[in-house]
Amino acid sequence: MSTVVLEAKGLAKRYGDAVAVAGIDLSVNQGEVIGLLGPNGAGKTTTILMLLGLTEASEGSVSILGKDPLRRPLEVKREVGYLPDSVGFYDTMTGRENLAYTAKLAGMSRELAKERIAAALEKVRLSAPADRPVATYSRGMRQRLGIAELLMRDCRIAILDEPTSGLDPQSTQELLDLILDLSRGGMTILLSSHMLDVVQSICSRVALFNKGRIGFFGTIEELAARIGRGSFVIDVEADGIDLGQLAGKTDGVTSVASASHGLWQVEATRDVRSDLAKLVVEAGGRLKNLDLRRARLDEAYNRYFREVANAA
Amino acid sequence: MQREGSPFRGVGTVALKEAADHMTSARMHLIMLLVLLTAIGAVYGAIDRIRDTTAQDAYLFLKLFTVAREPLPSFAAFLGFLLPLVAIALGFDAINGEFNRRTMSRLLAQPIYRDAVLFGKFLGGLLVIAIALLTLWLMMVGLGMLFLGLPPSGADIVRGVFWLAATLAYAGVWLALAIAFSTVIRSPATSALAALSVWLVLTVFWGMIAPLVAGIVVPIDPFDPMSVLNRFEWQQAIARISPQTLYGEVTGLLLDPAARSVGPLFMHQMQGAVIGAPLPTMQSLLIVWPQISGLIAAMLVLFTLAYVVFQRQEVRA
Repeated sequence: MSTVVLEAKGLAKRYGDAVAVAGIDLSVNQGEVIGLLGPNGAGKTTTILMLLGLTEASEGSVSILGKDPLRRPLEVKREVGYLPDSVGFYDTMTGRENLAYTAKLAGMSRELAKERIAAALEKVRLSAPADRPVATYSRGMRQRLGIAELLMRDCRIAILDEPTSGLDPQSTQELLDLILDLSRGGMTILLSSHMLDVVQSICSRVALFNKGRIGFFGTIEELAARIGRGSFVIDVEADGIDLGQLAGKTDGVTSVASASHGLWQVEATRDVRSDLAKLVVEAGGRLKNLDLRRARLDEAYNRYFREVANAA
Repeated sequence: MQREGSPFRGVGTVALKEAADHMTSARMHLIMLLVLLTAIGAVYGAIDRIRDTTAQDAYLFLKLFTVAREPLPSFAAFLGFLLPLVAIALGFDAINGEFNRRTMSRLLAQPIYRDAVLFGKFLGGLLVIAIALLTLWLMMVGLGMLFLGLPPSGADIVRGVFWLAATLAYAGVWLALAIAFSTVIRSPATSALAALSVWLVLTVFWGMIAPLVAGIVVPIDPFDPMSVLNRFEWQQAIARISPQTLYGEVTGLLLDPAARSVGPLFMHQMQGAVIGAPLPTMQSLLIVWPQISGLIAAMLVLFTLAYVVFQRQEVRA
């Protein structure tokens, strides 16, 4: 069932003295949706280009469907679709013509291409504007056209670089639905982003990139468990006291941060609401609100990168 | 490391797409309009002149291309000057344009090699130039027949076809230059300017620079007549760095059967020659063979430069 379709070992890329990617190991199973997460410049795009064989790695090896993308690039590129960061199309050609061109490059027959293009355009809901020049398309439409290209080529693996960057929330959602559709069709998908909420909703596993390394690779739940520290977050609203000094000594509290005047965010390993209430009241403060919630993943994610930055 | 699969996969597709793009682009329409207007002007002038001298002229038909009436230059001279402009217009944004439109990474992610992209771009441009040249040439031939009432002979056609091929090689040099600049320079405007400056220097100023440099390298000694010849040969060698000079020599020999040499001729070399008698086509061709080789070599060198740079280029802009 879980066959490995994509594997990278010790992948590294250096530009002179600058290290873009410093040794990455990655293994992706058939049908997974993997999110590559990380700030800009963390090495996500470079990694993707190396996986595709578009950039030669300084060190390490890649195997896609058992083939080396540097040695057998044509076979690999036939199986792997790539949607680059802010994808470009030929503006003077229509959407349909753009797809027809790539179909021809992929060696498809004219009839087959025509059929598949029509089906792909239908699926991404671009049938109506398909015969208008791409110059008139919005950003979201271009991204959808890029997805249509992947659909049309019927790749087994799709690599999407920042597919949702610069899209409005509605277009983002539409695009994510399309990506999920691709995944349900059996496609293995790698998707890079610097926005966690995008990845969270559709990815089975995420890889956190930082300074050219993968700091974490696993499911979202594992990520939350690993970097959530205290998995309870309590918002405390109170007057007349300084909770930062009081609550620090309480058992189970891992940190207290002042969010604004009279508002604190307490992280704890257990539910410490009653202890906090007691503390506030005994210190003569007026307790206004105590709110317990689970740590949100984006907070955990931000905290992860903060921690890494501090450690460095 | 051995790579598998043919580097030529997709060349045809890329070339045809490029050709179709050029054919429909406003840029190409404008420049072809310019060429067409000058061509018509040149032919009209030539026909007017030829009418006056019909009686004494032996190779009337070829004269159509080479005869000029002031102030217009001949058709061949026009091509030598304007064809580089056409080639530069077709090639100056070949590679950097793809990067700027952000289509390069998507294009290279298709199952083709990089080689196919560059080859395709070059062949596409060359194809468009070839079609335009052939059309122009046929138009000239047609106009000549119409106004002079004179069909071309078989030999005229053969010479004309060879000349067309040489013209295509000449255009290829400029196309390769433009593509090389488009690979090395990231901004299309800068690469167009760079190509245009090379064009200006080599077509307009080179004729003035060559004697100057030759004069410095080999000063004329008034007591040594050989120094004059020496200097002339130097001047010619320097002038031939410009493809326009080479093309001019090819044109001169191929379109004028009476021409004997591109360099200096001595009296003793002319002994026994019938002045004004035509050379066989193959002999004319033989004389300018080095020039044609030079043009093709220049084209290959420039293309190789573009090729090497492009293969090593990073995909991400």
